[in-house]
Amino acid sequence: MATLFQGVGAVTPFSASSSLDSNKLLLPSRKSLSISDSRGSIFVYRSDALNLKAATRKQDLLIPNAVATKGETSTSAKSGHELLLFEALHEGLEEEMERDPRVCVMGEDVGHYGGSYKVTKGLAEKYGDLRVLDTPIAENSFTGMGIGAAMTGLRPIVEGMNMGFLLLAFNQISNNCGMLHYTSGGQFTIPIVIRGPGGVGRQLGAEHSQRLESYFQSIPGIQMVACSTPYNAKGLMKAAIRSENPVILFEHVLLYNLKERIPDEEYVLSLEEAEMVRPGEHITILTYSRMRYHVMQAAKTLVNKGYDPEVIDIRSLKPFDLYTIGCSVKKTHRVLIVEECMRTGGIGASLTAAITENFHDYLDAPIVCLSSQDVPTPYAGTLEEWTVVQPAQIVSAVEQLCQ
Amino acid sequence: MSFSATNFAQPRPVPVGIRSNEKSLSSDPFRFRFRGSPSFLGSPHSLRFNPTPPLKLAIPHSRRSPAAAVTDVSNGKMVKSSANMLFGFVLQLITKEEGLELYEDMILGRFFEDMCAQMYYRGKMFGFVHLYNGQEAVSTGFIKLLKKEDTVVSTYRDHVHALSKGVPARAVMSELFGKATGCCRGQGGSMHMFSKEHNLIGGFAFIGEGIPVATGAAFSSKYRREVLKEASADHVTLAFFGDGTCNNGQFYECLNMAALWKLPIIFVVENNLWAIGMSHLRATSDPEIWKKGPAFGMAGVHVDGMDVLKVREVAKEAIERARRGDGPTLVECETYRFRGHSLADPDELRDPAEKARYAARDPISALKKYMIENKLANEQELKSIEKKIDEVLDDAVEYSDESPLPPRSQLLENVFADPKGFGIGPDGKYRCEDPKFTQGTAHV
Repeated sequence: MATLFQGVGAVTPFSASSSLDSNKLLLPSRKSLSISDSRGSIFVYRSDALNLKAATRKQDLLIPNAVATKGETSTSAKSGHELLLFEALHEGLEEEMERDPRVCVMGEDVGHYGGSYKVTKGLAEKYGDLRVLDTPIAENSFTGMGIGAAMTGLRPIVEGMNMGFLLLAFNQISNNCGMLHYTSGGQFTIPIVIRGPGGVGRQLGAEHSQRLESYFQSIPGIQMVACSTPYNAKGLMKAAIRSENPVILFEHVLLYNLKERIPDEEYVLSLEEAEMVRPGEHITILTYSRMRYHVMQAAKTLVNKGYDPEVIDIRSLKPFDLYTIGCSVKKTHRVLIVEECMRTGGIGASLTAAITENFHDYLDAPIVCLSSQDVPTPYAGTLEEWTVVQPAQIVSAVEQLCQ
Repeated sequence: MSFSATNFAQPRPVPVGIRSNEKSLSSDPFRFRFRGSPSFLGSPHSLRFNPTPPLKLAIPHSRRSPAAAVTDVSNGKMVKSSANMLFGFVLQLITKEEGLELYEDMILGRFFEDMCAQMYYRGKMFGFVHLYNGQEAVSTGFIKLLKKEDTVVSTYRDHVHALSKGVPARAVMSELFGKATGCCRGQGGSMHMFSKEHNLIGGFAFIGEGIPVATGAAFSSKYRREVLKEASADHVTLAFFGDGTCNNGQFYECLNMAALWKLPIIFVVENNLWAIGMSHLRATSDPEIWKKGPAFGMAGVHVDGMDVLKVREVAKEAIERARRGDGPTLVECETYRFRGHSLADPDELRDPAEKARYAARDPISALKKYMIENKLANEQELKSIEKKIDEVLDDAVEYSDESPLPPRSQLLENVFADPKGFGIGPDGKYRCEDPKFTQGTAHV
């Protein structure tokens, strides 16, 4: 079958250049101003998901979401500015702090040190030590403090120096963050953002290479999102801060230096939507965070071999965007999940269950889930490499699924 | 002439027993008085019977007793040595109105808890219910000094804290019955009392869990004052918890942060000597909890928690300190719970002699005696208060009985403040727009 090469951009693992063919994408009618954010200069690129009933045209299926518009922006005349992912987070954070004086940051080394990954660089000098609070090393307590502050009117952002450290804050995150809105009968809201870098890095050792999304996903009352590009990092950061729900924003240690051109205008992304990275026909590949780049690298190989994978960055780990995923499954009938989470009880496991429950009839083959091995991440580089999913595995999984 | 607690501790030269580099504390009378020889396990000499000149008031009793009760720990038994000095205050510490207010609040607490027990055994409420009988002096002594905007954070033994803070008895009782008219719509239960209107932030089931939240509320107050420049933001936060919690990490982490940033918080330890069946002395290497305050650089005070007037004096000082911006205080209230840990606790482990000793120090009878002896009120007035409270409670029970149970549609309502958090369903609409969602029958 003649495959349509829909303008696949050259993709290398650590470049976030657009891989969409913006010319083919139908966009203007999709843009809608969010009802809640109708202040002056904000464009909220959000899908008009509510109106997509009669989505008959092929192109309609491609983009019920924000990324498409990004494609349009980035290929139009050199507008926007280029920056690295951690700078995008910084920008989003600073804009929100400027906009609302109740937004504050707390965490270890976020103030004078500027953040261990420089996401809060310069903010303490600008906003003071109380607004960008250097805490002692007491994760459970300062997360609880953030929750108490959120309940009494502030909008704190708690930074875990490494996501793994938030295991110490599990008591507060599970019992208080997730539950208090409910047990108080809706009286108190907890608009807190908990963020930090996680994931497998470069030989950081087992404890610094943890993926906490699997542990937190069962907690009712919280939302989880994972950013993967400077564009979505800034947009999700802003959305998370503005959200009235507690949000956990997962960043990845290895993605902080990704460079991309992002719009100059203010934008906020939707916390619940997935991102279409590369439209395709043969198979749906669902991924998030760092594995997006492994997948795109594999996609290059696959395209050369004649396959046409559709790649979706699910972005919202809890809840799943079943619409984008469903539309894709209905089109391709084959699903491959590629994640860095552990095999047992990970995001992929939940996603597999959700897809099977909702779209079983549309599947031509069993869902394949490629996750990291259930092994504490070893220090040795070679061993570490074998615990996470590599592009070669993705290619062979696709080949097998598409037989 | 008003009598302030700071008059108590006239700094007398006592042998050095403290670190000398605590500049900010050297002038703090409360901190000062706890110098003492390290070998002494009770409160130091300066606390007992303070022989400074009596105050210039012509009132018959001329003995003064310090606000903090004196206890000796000897041979592992806590022995009360100054029980008789309980109400040896000379001065009019309270006016008649204040006295009646305190009495009414304690009676409300006591009668409410007794009614809870009755209702529990009649099958009107279930689960874990922890009653506060015997500890009323702490709740009343502290909370009645607060403004409405001040925050109270409690534990699972929170009914009386809620009542003292102003949550109507009806709302608390129907919450216990699990009705939709409860203060938390029936979703919290006995261990999760919340009230936005009265600034009561819980109600926490795990011990120690509320202390960081209280620290956050205090942080909020300081933030409002210093960052948002709200001049009137001088709200203080009270965190109540027990002796068992004082061995928990969150307690120490928060003492550190509160002292470090001088947060307007008061840590109130309700030391009733027992954590279910674990005696405080068996669980704690140094059972004197008030000492742990100075270790972090904050004032640490010990007070007789069965005496509402003493608690009130200590509370006044601590609250004023917090409001001024001078930082936190750790107050250890020696108190006792007359009932078991919860209604499911057979309470077989505690020595009946110990229970009897503390029953003799019932805070309500003590206040009654004080008020009558000092001619602040007569039997009749106090009886009428009790009758009034009886009526309030009967009304609360009736109201709760008649209130509706939460309907199915309430099931999914408060999971998220923004229900978009349930995500986008397969049909492209947000899950919360699904009619089954509002009926509570959707599966999330």
